[in-house]
Amino acid sequence: MTETNPLTKKDFKSDQEVRWCPGCGDYAILNAVQAVCARMGIAREDTVFVSGIGCSSRFPYYMSTFGFHTIHGRAPAIATGIKTANPELSVWIVTGDGDGLSIGGNHLAHILRRNVDVNILLFNNQIYGLTKGQYSPTSPVGRRTKTSPMGSIDRPFNPISFALGCNATFVARTYDSNLKHMERTFEAAARHKGASFVEIYQNCVIFNDGCFEDVVDKKVRDDRMIDLVPGEPMIYGKQREKGIKVEGFETNVTGADDASVWDPTLSSSAPAFTMSMMDENPGHPNPVGVFRAVSAPSYDEVSASQVAEAITESGAGTIRDLVYAGETWEVS
Amino acid sequence: MTTTREPGSDLPLQKQERVVIRFAGDSGDGMQITGNQFTSTSAAVGNDLATLPDFPAEIRAPAGTRPGVSGFQLCFSSIDIHTPGDNPDVLVAMNPAALVVNIADLKIGGVVIANTGNFTAKDLKKARVEVNPLEDGSLEGYRVIKVDINKRVTEALDGSTLSTKEVQRCKNFYTLGLMYWLYSRPLEPTEEWLRKKFAKRGELAEANITAMRAGFAAGDIHEMFQGRFEVPAAELAPGTYRKIMGNQALALGLISGAELAGLKAFLGSYPITPASSILEVMASFKRHGVVTFQAEDEIAAICAAIGASFTGSLGMTTTSGPGVALKGEAMGLGVCVELPLVIVNVQRGGPSTGLPTKTEQADLLQALFGRNGEAPIPVLAVCSPSDAFDCAIEACRIAVEYMTPVILLSDGYIANGAEPWRLPDIDGLPRFEARFEKPREKGNSRLMPYSRDERSSRPWALPGTAGTEHRVGGLEKEHLSGEISYDAENHEFMILKRQEKVMGIRASIPTPEIRGPRSGDLLILGWGSTYGTIIDAAERCARTGTEGSTLHLRHLWPLPEGLDEIFDRFKAILIPEINLGQLARVLRGEYPHHNFISFPKVQGRPFLSTEIVEKVTDILER
Ligand code: SF4
Repeated sequence: MTETNPLTKKDFKSDQEVRWCPGCGDYAILNAVQAVCARMGIAREDTVFVSGIGCSSRFPYYMSTFGFHTIHGRAPAIATGIKTANPELSVWIVTGDGDGLSIGGNHLAHILRRNVDVNILLFNNQIYGLTKGQYSPTSPVGRRTKTSPMGSIDRPFNPISFALGCNATFVARTYDSNLKHMERTFEAAARHKGASFVEIYQNCVIFNDGCFEDVVDKKVRDDRMIDLVPGEPMIYGKQREKGIKVEGFETNVTGADDASVWDPTLSSSAPAFTMSMMDENPGHPNPVGVFRAVSAPSYDEVSASQVAEAITESGAGTIRDLVYAGETWEVS
Repeated sequence: MTTTREPGSDLPLQKQERVVIRFAGDSGDGMQITGNQFTSTSAAVGNDLATLPDFPAEIRAPAGTRPGVSGFQLCFSSIDIHTPGDNPDVLVAMNPAALVVNIADLKIGGVVIANTGNFTAKDLKKARVEVNPLEDGSLEGYRVIKVDINKRVTEALDGSTLSTKEVQRCKNFYTLGLMYWLYSRPLEPTEEWLRKKFAKRGELAEANITAMRAGFAAGDIHEMFQGRFEVPAAELAPGTYRKIMGNQALALGLISGAELAGLKAFLGSYPITPASSILEVMASFKRHGVVTFQAEDEIAAICAAIGASFTGSLGMTTTSGPGVALKGEAMGLGVCVELPLVIVNVQRGGPSTGLPTKTEQADLLQALFGRNGEAPIPVLAVCSPSDAFDCAIEACRIAVEYMTPVILLSDGYIANGAEPWRLPDIDGLPRFEARFEKPREKGNSRLMPYSRDERSSRPWALPGTAGTEHRVGGLEKEHLSGEISYDAENHEFMILKRQEKVMGIRASIPTPEIRGPRSGDLLILGWGSTYGTIIDAAERCARTGTEGSTLHLRHLWPLPEGLDEIFDRFKAILIPEINLGQLARVLRGEYPHHNFISFPKVQGRPFLSTEIVEKVTDILER
């Protein structure tokens, strides 16, 4: 699958003019994805980017790989067809909070539970951007938007908890203002066999500017964000002086020395759930990084192996076998 | 063929040309199995046949009630037949509900076989019948044969190790045995079938066989009938035959269609009555390379099929009307991305959930127009169970050759109906090999994904083919390059191109042939499952000296060439449809100068031949 000449980011740029608003977080995400594709040396022709509808869903046009800009919410369904019909392909889904969790919530749930071997990037900007500023299923309660002039009354989804609830085998979160963190997360997602789900905190400068500022801003993020790194103690803070200690289904903020070691490979998703909701507790940081990474057979793989098994067992079928079957009789 | 048991009495054996039997009972009584077995055996003795199962809407409505009645009608004959018959000659009623629901259809003078064991006061109450119809004289004019099947089965299986409930479950085979005796059918095919079906529970196979033999013997012993009948083998065209149901034939056609295109079949589907069995059948043919995906919903089903087509499989999706409504947006995407896709709609009664287990042809306009924007999709319709095989192949051909979604309409009547299928010569099937773009070296001219060939089809470039990377989607495409384009002129150009491509399919389809006189006062025009009934009606008309010309449309969009000239030759064109006149509406728009007479019937069941005969007589006498 690898090409002989080392690939660069540029090899993954299409000739299309990128049309997001200047300052949109999507630019950085596109950069990170192209860098990861180059670094991993994946072949352009074996790669398909599939998207739904929304600002983020223009993504495939900016990649020089194969691309499919589908219809609202349905990217996971189309991607399931692509991957199941040809498991050799590297398939990526680009979606947003509206596309993936509102109109396409059903398909997202099912692609995750089936564990189709695809990489899902969910750009979360807590707003409908393409339709110009209505609240989304991840907008916090009280958020004032064009369709919620007195504040949104919807309780939002936590995308990480959602994915864990679907028994996803790889679940992670990253944010658009940290290229390194994005690249590391995307690469881990791409290497994972099975459905990988990555939520990306993405800033929409036009309709929801600064929606994650209180967490991702450089000035505060050391104290307000914790990066969950597999196999490492859960430490954060400017001086890396604070830690998270897990006690039962509770998390407590402690000193760095008392921090628990994070293990996303446990078969139970309960600890990951606890982590995903940690920031609801006062004084707790907002978690990013890898929440879950477990291995399970992928749908496409098993589907292909059933076909192969049937052929091995009874031989490849022909039209004659199909038609001249059952109880036949002759009329002369 | 010889019967297992020669008639033991001197009862006369009468020859009959064609017989219609309806088995009716509770949905738990196994009437579908009984009917299917009688059908298979009749096929094996060489009769022509046609069947019409009538399922209750509920899987198990309360036992003994009218909504719980399940029916199976079959017509078997020694002549060429086209329908399961209008009115049964024999009605087998396993309980009062089955009797009252079906008696009105029975031919005057017809035979009722009633299981008196199920006509107790309690049974009558369940069926909401006040007085026992077997005793109140309401069956005058019919020959009523009363048998306590419950008791007879208990006697026949005396000493068996089965539970009382299991013994009673053998009732339908007792009944079948009785009918086999009456119509001089062999028992062996069913015995063989039972032994295979209950291979793991031999005692069940043997109990059912014992019950069936007891029923067969009872025909003689109890002198219930004045005579036995024989329906000799039909003179069918020479060849190899098998009994086939519509959904089964359709599944085989889809698999064959993909193979004839040199492609893997990929079916994305969501279970829905009456289409589910296509998914079931296709899931069982994995050794033919078929990939089936049971999706989370109708939308995902078609979307996965589109995704599969993008990678070079032949994407297909099977559903019924409500499912098509959900797939509308994705069908539009299929039109925009111009990939092959076969969408099967096994129509049922609508609107909304409607009558899931009943038949209707009311989704024609949905198929033609049910999408946003100018989104032309070719539409074909199956006309009989075995025709589903050929039609499915034709749908695959159009999809692949023209890089387009295709809608294939069937309906509940065809889906569950069965007939003898004269198996095709495999080498004679059409081949329509798909062509893919070849890899391109760096520096070669770039792929133009929206360039067009002589059929106006665009190239099919698959992921995995180096140098052909491109993007598709639902936004308007620029001619040739396929990039997003909001240009006004380009949009109109592309609309016209897609239209031209679909209309161009006409060049590949034949003008349908008229049956009967080539001109005259009246042409009966049909589409889909009305085929058999229309032919039957026309033959009846011909026998009484009325001219009966008929024409049947397989391709509903684009319409074949030459129709105008055909219509010119008739004073009027009668269009019987199981809807409010949808084809008539389309034809009036396309051919405004002809006299189309719409003949609608929307009762969730097929036309009767006599209804069409009456209509024809009525028109011609006017
Ligand atoms: S509207 Fe918001 S999300 Fe959309 S491109 Fe502009 S900044 Fe980005």
